[in-house]
Amino acid sequence: MKTKRRTFVAGASAAAILSSSRAAFAQKKYDDGASDTEIKVGNTNPYSGPASAYGVIGKTIEAYWKTVNEAGGINGRKVKFLTMDDGYVPSKTVEVVRQLVEQDKVLCMFQTLGTPTNTAIHKYLNQKKVPQLFVATGASKWGKPKEFPWTMGFQPDYHTEAVIYAKHVLANVKDAKIGVLMQNDDYGKDYYEGFREGLGKDVGRIVKHASYETTDPTVESQVIQLKDAGANVFFNIAIPKFAAQAMRKAADIGWKPVQYLNNVSSSVASTMKPAGFDNVQGVVTAQYLMDPTDKQWDNNADMKMWKAWMTKSNAQANLTDASNVFAYAVTFLMHETLKKCGDNLTRENVMRQAANFQKFRVPLLLPGITVSTSPTDFYPIQAVQLSRFKGESWELFGDVMHAEST
Amino acid sequence: MPAFPKKLLWVLLALAFLVPLLHPLFPDVVSDYRLFLVSTMIIAAIAVLGLNLLTGFNGQISLGHGAFYAVGAYTAAVLMDHLNMPYWATLPCAAVVCFIVGYLFGLPALKLEGHYLALATFALALAVPQILKYKWLEGLTGGVQGIVLNKPEVPFGLPLSEDQWLYYYCLVTMVILYWAAANMLNSRSGRAMMAIRDQPLAADTMGIDTSLYKTVTFGISAAYTGIAGALSASAIAFVAPDSFNIFLSIKFLIGLVVGGVGSLAGSVIGGIFYVLVDNSAQALSMFVKNDLGLQFDLSAYTVFGILLIVLMYLMPMGIVGGVYLLMRRLRSLRG
Amino acid sequence: MEQFLQQIASGLANGAIYACVALALVMIYVSTDHINFAQGEMAMFSTYISWQLMTWGLSFWFAFILAVVFSFVLGVIIERAILRPLHNAPVLSIVVVFIGLLAICNSVAGAIWSYLIKEFPSPFPKSSFGIAGVIGPHQLGVVMVTLIVLGLLFVFFRYTPLGLAMRAAAQNPQMARLVGVRVDWMLALGWGLAAAVGAVAGIMVAHIVYLDPNMMGGILLYAFASALVGGISNPGGAVVGGFIVGVLENMVAYAGNQIEKATGIYIIGNGEKLTVALIIVITVLTVKPAGLFGRVVVKRV
Repeated sequence: MKTKRRTFVAGASAAAILSSSRAAFAQKKYDDGASDTEIKVGNTNPYSGPASAYGVIGKTIEAYWKTVNEAGGINGRKVKFLTMDDGYVPSKTVEVVRQLVEQDKVLCMFQTLGTPTNTAIHKYLNQKKVPQLFVATGASKWGKPKEFPWTMGFQPDYHTEAVIYAKHVLANVKDAKIGVLMQNDDYGKDYYEGFREGLGKDVGRIVKHASYETTDPTVESQVIQLKDAGANVFFNIAIPKFAAQAMRKAADIGWKPVQYLNNVSSSVASTMKPAGFDNVQGVVTAQYLMDPTDKQWDNNADMKMWKAWMTKSNAQANLTDASNVFAYAVTFLMHETLKKCGDNLTRENVMRQAANFQKFRVPLLLPGITVSTSPTDFYPIQAVQLSRFKGESWELFGDVMHAEST
Repeated sequence: MPAFPKKLLWVLLALAFLVPLLHPLFPDVVSDYRLFLVSTMIIAAIAVLGLNLLTGFNGQISLGHGAFYAVGAYTAAVLMDHLNMPYWATLPCAAVVCFIVGYLFGLPALKLEGHYLALATFALALAVPQILKYKWLEGLTGGVQGIVLNKPEVPFGLPLSEDQWLYYYCLVTMVILYWAAANMLNSRSGRAMMAIRDQPLAADTMGIDTSLYKTVTFGISAAYTGIAGALSASAIAFVAPDSFNIFLSIKFLIGLVVGGVGSLAGSVIGGIFYVLVDNSAQALSMFVKNDLGLQFDLSAYTVFGILLIVLMYLMPMGIVGGVYLLMRRLRSLRG
Repeated sequence: MEQFLQQIASGLANGAIYACVALALVMIYVSTDHINFAQGEMAMFSTYISWQLMTWGLSFWFAFILAVVFSFVLGVIIERAILRPLHNAPVLSIVVVFIGLLAICNSVAGAIWSYLIKEFPSPFPKSSFGIAGVIGPHQLGVVMVTLIVLGLLFVFFRYTPLGLAMRAAAQNPQMARLVGVRVDWMLALGWGLAAAVGAVAGIMVAHIVYLDPNMMGGILLYAFASALVGGISNPGGAVVGGFIVGVLENMVAYAGNQIEKATGIYIIGNGEKLTVALIIVITVLTVKPAGLFGRVVVKRV
């Protein structure tokens, strides 16, 4: 079944390449936002408000496009990157995205950040037939080409990631009693449901599920509850600040479970170091990107290139912040997509090219992980590798796990 | 506060109704997006109007009107989503629900004054998003995922775009609510409301039932803001707990103060102005970054803060108060 | 039982945080009659200053003192430059100015130091005190520092001429002016003191919640509630209020837990603990409108 799909995909995409290159020779084609000199790309990010820690992603993307433009742009066209602050408020996102699409007339939206915010513009962009590409959220609802042919995700979805943790727990922890700490929103729910699904009939092994709100000052009370429930496995679905608090508190009160940490918070600089290296030895997470503080990549060509670029072109950004790695990788993919469009810069072609990557290697992805998309597969990255925290960095173990079959 | 000149009001109103019809002449100026933006201004204006009835005319402070806005929005969304109710029928329902919630909240609020009332309302604004996520309500509210809705469809085959229709829908709603508020304030009850604000003890001794007036005002104020919420649910076509964070309530307060506390026209100006300040802050910060090429990273949020302080500097009584003062000065110069 | 004790201890530790920020709120209120919504963000800013000084190599306590002094000066400057010209403006306009300040502090801190969370050191030695498994050394340290600050404020207002002058200026500005108190400078001084107390709070809190520009967002509401529970004009009350709110919140979650354990039905949990705690606080306030320790002001016709 799987091979069948692959061959079909290969055939279809070969045809797509042929047709697109023919179009490129034939004539230049433009939709709103593209011209002989310019390509307009829209974006929203929370530069203010509770989620402003993610604002660096938008800034690094901006720096990336600047570098592209200084090197002559894409096929001779400069990228005009219009990024706006939505404060992580869905109603505001609708407002600024409508401005970008209708007033500024961007060719496509790229890397709009957040699950509730993207949900708010999901229908609108699909009705307007404007590409909503490589959104910055791991919810599983972004890969539905049938209902939403103009929306595509980027990172491995939370649901799949959680399934992998659940399987790992069942295979490796005897007599597991699981405690879950969960951020009470869309993102937390997605992880939690994936985790429950992965446990299957063993779902009763979850002995305690404690949620927190982002307005809570600390999650200490929740961690105490988890310990008290007798959990020997701890699944930590929290953003960096709270994930770090939780792991430190667990150590403080002498609770020593087997710990699983969601990828969202796997950054060494923003989670593991603040939690205290002593407190996080042996924590397991799943990764798909290289961590900039991880010494094993010091001699990796991708990492060297990235660090050189960061110091040269994005100087005020933090070299240890994993968000900058993420931003670089995803913009690289967007860059490649636009390059492939050639002179046919229609929205339709942008989507067609985005849905036409075969085992494409994006820098800074872990070795063995590539981007594959097709008209029926809108999940660009679907592989992760588990890693365990040791000393001061992550140590990968096991094989790269592909979730393509799910 | 001075009343708005009546003639001017009619002219403005006529203009407001005519503007969308200019679309064929100036398609880029009167675009759908601009009309949508004006609709959001109108919605904000209605919400601020509600807050003004309570704070400006009755002297009860609220830092939590975002809560009523959320209740209104969710009432509308749930009715549309679960009962397939047409969007226009949700407005009165939202008004009734919010009136009840506001009235009930007004009862304990009777015992609280000044900062204590501020805290209680602030707490309400914080609690509502969490209640929306409450486990047993999830079936109704969609929990953290919220509810995705449809935009209002243009009725009777009118030759309008969705956004044009939305604009008229919001505009008519506001005109009705404004008219109702103006009449109410001009009546016995309105004078009683203001007497309670200015001289609570004297009002009491004159035989005004202060408790009743205060709680009912709370209810009416909540109903106004709830209607604004219901309109926003239609306009944005999506409700989620994240849309109703504490800053939404602060936003209404800013609109109230910037426009003019205790002035109906001020509420409308405040609603419009808030959206403008917010957007111009973004534009200004982009301008500084892209066109002036300053090295320092001036974010829109910083600009927003500076704009607020400067505004209060120039017009501590809000725009309506500021304009009034200016006119009086001009007149005395001439005279 | 163990959980019960741990929840109380953790509640007390959180309570100390709220108490510290509440003290700063009370300070401003006592000296200027306003509630400063930017208090949390100002404290956050001061904390960044001390963090910056430490990364430049200063010791914790030296950085601490410098940051507190800096905050004092900053508070005085803000009062003189921004609020002084507005002293005749209505209360709500002042509130909007505070919101503007909040936005500026928050975004400028983000622009200078980024939004990445930073670990903040604790000055309290790890093994020397604290009760293992119940309350950590830093938590206990915060409780102690809060009490020390409270004591200092008490002494200052009660026994120093300057403190007396400040109280006079706030309570009866006309009379104070008549007896030669420079009232406007007293207001600036009140702002300075509040900012300094806020800085202490921020520096104590940062180790627990980590340093980032949004760290005070959630805390300010708790502090606000604490200050009001205790009676907004009473520093001692604010501290007690802080502890009450901290413990109450954890107890709500704990009770919800026990109910769920006993009956299997989910009624309240972590998602609702703040809401329930606030309902309790407000109910108390409707019965005792001046707070638990506030003085009732009798209205005269």
